[in-house]
Amino acid sequence: MLEVNDISLTFNEGTPDEKQALQDINLKLSKGEFVTVIGSNGAGKSTLMNIISGALLPDVGDVQINEKKVTMMPEYKRSRYIGRVFQDPMAGTSPTMTIEENLALAYSRDKKRSLRPGVNKKRRDFFKTALNSLHLGLEDRLSAKVGLLSGGERQALSLLMATFTNPDILLLDEHTAALDPSRATLITNLTREIVEKTQLTTLMITHNMQQALELGNRLIMMDKGQIILDIAGEEKQALTIEKLLHEFQRIRGEQLGDDRAILG
Amino acid sequence: MFISIFGAIEAGVIYAIMALGVYLSFRVLDFPDLTVDGSFVTGAAVAAIAITNDVSTVLATTLALITGFIAGSVTGLLNTKGKINPLLSGILMMTALYSINLRIMGQSNIPLLNQSTVFTRLSEIWSGLGIDSALNQGLSAIGASSLPRTWSILIVMLVVTLVIKFITDYYLKTEVGLALRAAGDNEKMIRSFSANTDYLKIMGLGLSNGLVALSGALYAQYVGFADLNMGVGMIVVGLASVIIGESIVGTKSIMRTTFAVILGAILYRIVIALALRSTFLDANDTKLITSVLVILALVIPKLISTHKESKRKRRKRIALQQRAKGEV
Ligand SMILES: Nc1ncnc2c1ncn2[C@@H]1O[C@H](COP(=O)(O)OP(=O)(O)O)[C@@H](O)[C@H]1O
Ligand SMILES: [Mg+2]
Repeated sequence: MLEVNDISLTFNEGTPDEKQALQDINLKLSKGEFVTVIGSNGAGKSTLMNIISGALLPDVGDVQINEKKVTMMPEYKRSRYIGRVFQDPMAGTSPTMTIEENLALAYSRDKKRSLRPGVNKKRRDFFKTALNSLHLGLEDRLSAKVGLLSGGERQALSLLMATFTNPDILLLDEHTAALDPSRATLITNLTREIVEKTQLTTLMITHNMQQALELGNRLIMMDKGQIILDIAGEEKQALTIEKLLHEFQRIRGEQLGDDRAILG
Repeated sequence: MFISIFGAIEAGVIYAIMALGVYLSFRVLDFPDLTVDGSFVTGAAVAAIAITNDVSTVLATTLALITGFIAGSVTGLLNTKGKINPLLSGILMMTALYSINLRIMGQSNIPLLNQSTVFTRLSEIWSGLGIDSALNQGLSAIGASSLPRTWSILIVMLVVTLVIKFITDYYLKTEVGLALRAAGDNEKMIRSFSANTDYLKIMGLGLSNGLVALSGALYAQYVGFADLNMGVGMIVVGLASVIIGESIVGTKSIMRTTFAVILGAILYRIVIALALRSTFLDANDTKLITSVLVILALVIPKLISTHKESKRKRRKRIALQQRAKGEV
């Protein structure tokens, strides 16, 4: 489904700010896999996701989606296959447009946009059913401007918009990190529900180890631009935070404990 | 008095098309596009040169629209592909258009007085209908002394402008239109939904300047000449129309906002016409009045809301003090 081969990327090469963000990354996701990604700040998690989505181009290496090379395909074309939710709840929706208009934008993701109305009776019914699954009552506020929604509601809507057209890949970059704990739990639960129901191939970055353990069927840990741990299946089910910290120490020979961010 | 207001409304309705164009760039795309100063003249120039070369008036006006579209697209290209910032892209294009417009016209002014224009053609058809005399009779009945020569321009231009308004309203609700609005609102987001934002911006600026040029072409035919300098400050006039209209009518929905923009353009012309009737202002002061209008339209609503807010706070504080006294 998704293949990342020998990807490296260095920012600001040849300047004092030079930073190798990714080093020889290899990653393969098969259909329906739900992978959680953890790692300290600056480990390169977002950079990896940006390379998959096409927001950044790698120095070397390539990206394949469905056996098709997309390394140089522009971001907007690639997003036909990729659903994304960003950390900032403001980033995934258009605030001056209504809920139904936002859904219509997302609905056109894998189609050619035409000069027909974006919202019609049939679509409105479909949007209502889809919004129902969020359990937030948004289906009764179809013509409310999205800018009026709370951060949690906006993020739930973003999640729906990213997933309801069944993209090949779903990328989530700390999409609960900017929310208060109860909203974060809401979005986490929705994520679990949606991915379970649609069987989307998902890559989810999280700063919260507990969340990384609870969700998904595979876990990878990144550090200093490399994938240092990749655990799936029953081994992943049996994983605990202590074991993870221990693994990190074993691999890196240093303590991870001082990085509070990763504990969440 | 009546005649000058009548003329202001006529011109306002023609300007409204330009203002709708400015609305598209300034509000929908969030792109303050200064190309307008040039593309308004481009429209006038193309129409004038075509008409003096015996091209049919409708075709001449259509050519103007297309040329404006091209000019706007180039601004879009400069911004998206050339990565030049929006203001500078517009300024560069506006400056380039000054020379291009002179090239098109060959001289700095083309009179159209003895030419057949959309409006002369219109009045030929119109005079047979007898609408003018009916309307003017009505006016004299309510006591107007000086009567407009023809109602044809006002009525037909109103229809044309409203048709453009309704097309714009519809367009902004289509799949492409929604993507265009999103490109002005949240570019990163709409790119993640597979829309080519560069293409949308180029097209949006093209449409915007197409409307501006159409307005310029009609205005030239209305006043009977095209002049190299007739676009100076046009962007501010467009902004004035958008801002004045929005602050009066509001922006609840697209349909309402485009209506606001049209009303704003007409009000703008009326205010200018009234201002020029005063003894101490003359036509050379128009630009100054325009800027002052925009400043007022931007500042006054803010002052009002600040004032309301401080009044509300004062009221609360006083209420609290009184309650405290009562409890002691
Ligand atoms: N656009 C950029 N320009 C320069 N350096 C960057 C840029 N984006 C990220 N970096 C650097 O690359 C490293 C990896 O960043 P990132 O992928 O955002 O980390 P993470 O998401 O794991 O916290 C960091 O050191 C960061 O400072
Ligand atoms: Mg990050």
